[in-house]
Amino acid sequence: MRMMIILPFIGIIERETTMNVQKKISLKDRYRILTRGLDWETSYQPMGKVFPDVGFEGIKIRNWDDFNDPFRLTMDAYWRFQAEKERKLYAVLDSFSQNNGQTAITDGRYVNTLKLFLTGISPDEYMAHRGFAHVGRQIPNAGLRISAQMQALDELRHAQTQIHTIGQYNKHFSGLHSFRRMHDRVWYLSVPKSFFDDAVTAGPFEYMVAIGFSFEYVLTNLLFVPFMSGAAYNGDMATVTFGFSAQSDEARHMTLGLEAIKFILEQHEDNVPIVQHWIDKWFWRGYRVLTLVAMMMDFMLPRRIMSWKDAWDIYFNDAGGALFGDLARYGITLPKYVDVPAKEVNRLSTEAWSIFYQYTHAAAFHTWLPTDQEMDWLSASYGPDWDRLYRPRFLHWRQMEKEGHRYYNNALPQLCQVCQIPMAFTEPDDPTRVAFRDTVYRGERYHFCSDGCKNIFDHEPEKYVQAWLPVHQIFQGNCGGASLDQVLDWYGIEKGVDNMDYAGSPDERTWKEWEAMRGRVAG
Amino acid sequence: MTIDIKTQVIQPKRQTFKHVADRLGGDRAASRYEEATFDLQPDVNFHYRPLWAPQFEQFDRRRTAIVMRDWYDLKDPRQYYYATYNIARARQQEAADSAMEMVERRRLLDVIPADWLETVRFCLLPLRHYEWGANLNNAAITAFGWGAALTAASCFAMGDRLGMAQLLGRIGLLLGGNTETALIAAKTRWVEDPAWQGLRRMVEDSFVTEDIFELFVAQNMAMDAMVLGLVHDHFGAECDRRGATAIPLLLGFAAEWREDNARWVDHVVRVAAAEGPENRALISRWAADWSARAADALAPVATHVLGTAGGARAMEDLGGRFAERMVRLGLA
Repeated sequence: MRMMIILPFIGIIERETTMNVQKKISLKDRYRILTRGLDWETSYQPMGKVFPDVGFEGIKIRNWDDFNDPFRLTMDAYWRFQAEKERKLYAVLDSFSQNNGQTAITDGRYVNTLKLFLTGISPDEYMAHRGFAHVGRQIPNAGLRISAQMQALDELRHAQTQIHTIGQYNKHFSGLHSFRRMHDRVWYLSVPKSFFDDAVTAGPFEYMVAIGFSFEYVLTNLLFVPFMSGAAYNGDMATVTFGFSAQSDEARHMTLGLEAIKFILEQHEDNVPIVQHWIDKWFWRGYRVLTLVAMMMDFMLPRRIMSWKDAWDIYFNDAGGALFGDLARYGITLPKYVDVPAKEVNRLSTEAWSIFYQYTHAAAFHTWLPTDQEMDWLSASYGPDWDRLYRPRFLHWRQMEKEGHRYYNNALPQLCQVCQIPMAFTEPDDPTRVAFRDTVYRGERYHFCSDGCKNIFDHEPEKYVQAWLPVHQIFQGNCGGASLDQVLDWYGIEKGVDNMDYAGSPDERTWKEWEAMRGRVAG
Repeated sequence: MTIDIKTQVIQPKRQTFKHVADRLGGDRAASRYEEATFDLQPDVNFHYRPLWAPQFEQFDRRRTAIVMRDWYDLKDPRQYYYATYNIARARQQEAADSAMEMVERRRLLDVIPADWLETVRFCLLPLRHYEWGANLNNAAITAFGWGAALTAASCFAMGDRLGMAQLLGRIGLLLGGNTETALIAAKTRWVEDPAWQGLRRMVEDSFVTEDIFELFVAQNMAMDAMVLGLVHDHFGAECDRRGATAIPLLLGFAAEWREDNARWVDHVVRVAAAEGPENRALISRWAADWSARAADALAPVATHVLGTAGGARAMEDLGGRFAERMVRLGLA
């Protein structure tokens, strides 16, 4: 599957570049001369001062020249490919906007997945851009540095094109208008924000393993593909066109991540345990962020693609399993706690959606209870335990709604110090008990949702004690005030418009107007 | 007669994002540049200090002594966002490819006298390492600068400088008779030839310059003014005089890019300097210091290419024009 994406892309590059090859010079040599030949060993300033950030992580590089560039892409070819993709993408976006493509989606509820994406993911694309710029400044090797720089450009592309793509929805739907402000402030958005802040503040090698490898290679299929497939399944022509347009970038990023990690592992055996810990850490960190995707797939898409469970099986167990098989020869093993997602797989999305249902008044997107038909789909996907443990909960909440007592949780939740998700996950081996872990560090007790998060903290407590925890910040008075209204203002959430249930929302009214318009015989 | 296609009109609830509307002074249609740039960089509530620079926040205004009330005043006058940037460069690159093809097909390098061809190799080819240094410096501005207005444009400049280094590399392949020879010799010159050491030393010093706006001024304004001025104006004119018109032709993209880039650089410098007397004093000092150093560093190259008197005249001309530019940008 992965190779099918990558190989045609390499083919295109090689064909295109060949057109400019001077006679006598092979493609490989041409690239080597034009890119690798640019570097020189500095002598007026010591190399260690010019590239100060590559030493402190303990990674040992014997020979930088061993790095094997997977793409051999020169800037002229980069401009040409990317310009072509952008011309096509923006032609579709213009057409989408001219023809009110937003009216063709399956249901108004679908837009809530875009709200999650634009507030949660697009700002992280921007962070990836800055992170790769840092790597692209710090690595003392032309090949890896240029690959990182091109990825820095690509990630800026993704942030900007996502804004333009989803911008059309912003004109008609709520919850999208202040995505930047929300990303830095809203409680659940600190989950993806802290993830990328964590990566960008790490050293360049850890960043390459965290984002280039663990995120791009191991987990992208579980983030990017569900959102883009969700768009395809729900009539969102704009977003799915972005998805296709970004696919060849993503394939390039995945390949770079793999080449980079192999390079680091091959350089010195002392690197293996360092990299193994990073893989453990970033697997778990990434998996926790994917909670939002699981919820999106199982509860938010009006037309489902597949269940979270199926996605995990296909994209992690099958694809990831094969990948770790390949890395075994370096002494790399499957990440620590890799068995836990399988234990949580039947309930992850339900536990997450339940949090948002209870805190709908503080969310920038709308919530709803699953219909009977949707609950049947969930039970078919997740088995009898789902019916036993969770259907009664939703039926109970439905009853409360009917009686005019829709349930809101007005207490602020305790957050995990590492992933920053409210502590609502249950024990891996017992779905009826909430999991709590803690560590005492310098006289303070810190709380975690899981062994995975506790393990991350215990390894670098001095980093994670700094976390900007939204609930703590509210209690400390740093979020606009003590009342919900004040906090929502500070978040940039428009009360009664952006938050609360979909039923009765302005979004629902808009959607119903469009449906009525479609139903009329004549305009 | 016009054709009138009926479409359903749906009134939008808003024209743009709120943070964009706030900057535009109201909710009205925003450009794609504005939507893709304004407030894109996170500016509050960073979670962790960088392990590689714990004295700073993840993004930190204190990376420079320049103070701006609003770093988004430093807009790109070209209004580049990713799409328009790449489309513009792809078009220019296409023209550059045609020029290169024509020079090859019509064997225009063959008519250049051998001694001048050697001077061309001496003057032009080591500069790909200068461009590579400029790439590194713009990567630093992108990584450590404040605000997406500045850092998105510097990211494009980072790509540009790699493109320019590779354009010079391709010219080097042509000048080496489709072999690497000329480029290897050029690298040796860059690393060893006394005439080039002033410039190399200055480039390496720029690599360790910590103030990010000083780096911007040093690289994109001062050093570029001298180096690119010498190449495109003086050396280019000398090529014309000596019947080596193929060289300016091959450099056409680079010359056009230089103007394009200078529009951005001038705007950023003018706005930052106009912010207040402290900024103006700092930028003026940096511009004066780095341009004076660049002039000294380049003098041996200019002499080699243009002779003692010609080299001195060229450097004087560049110095004079830089002084005028400083005045034009409101620098002291």
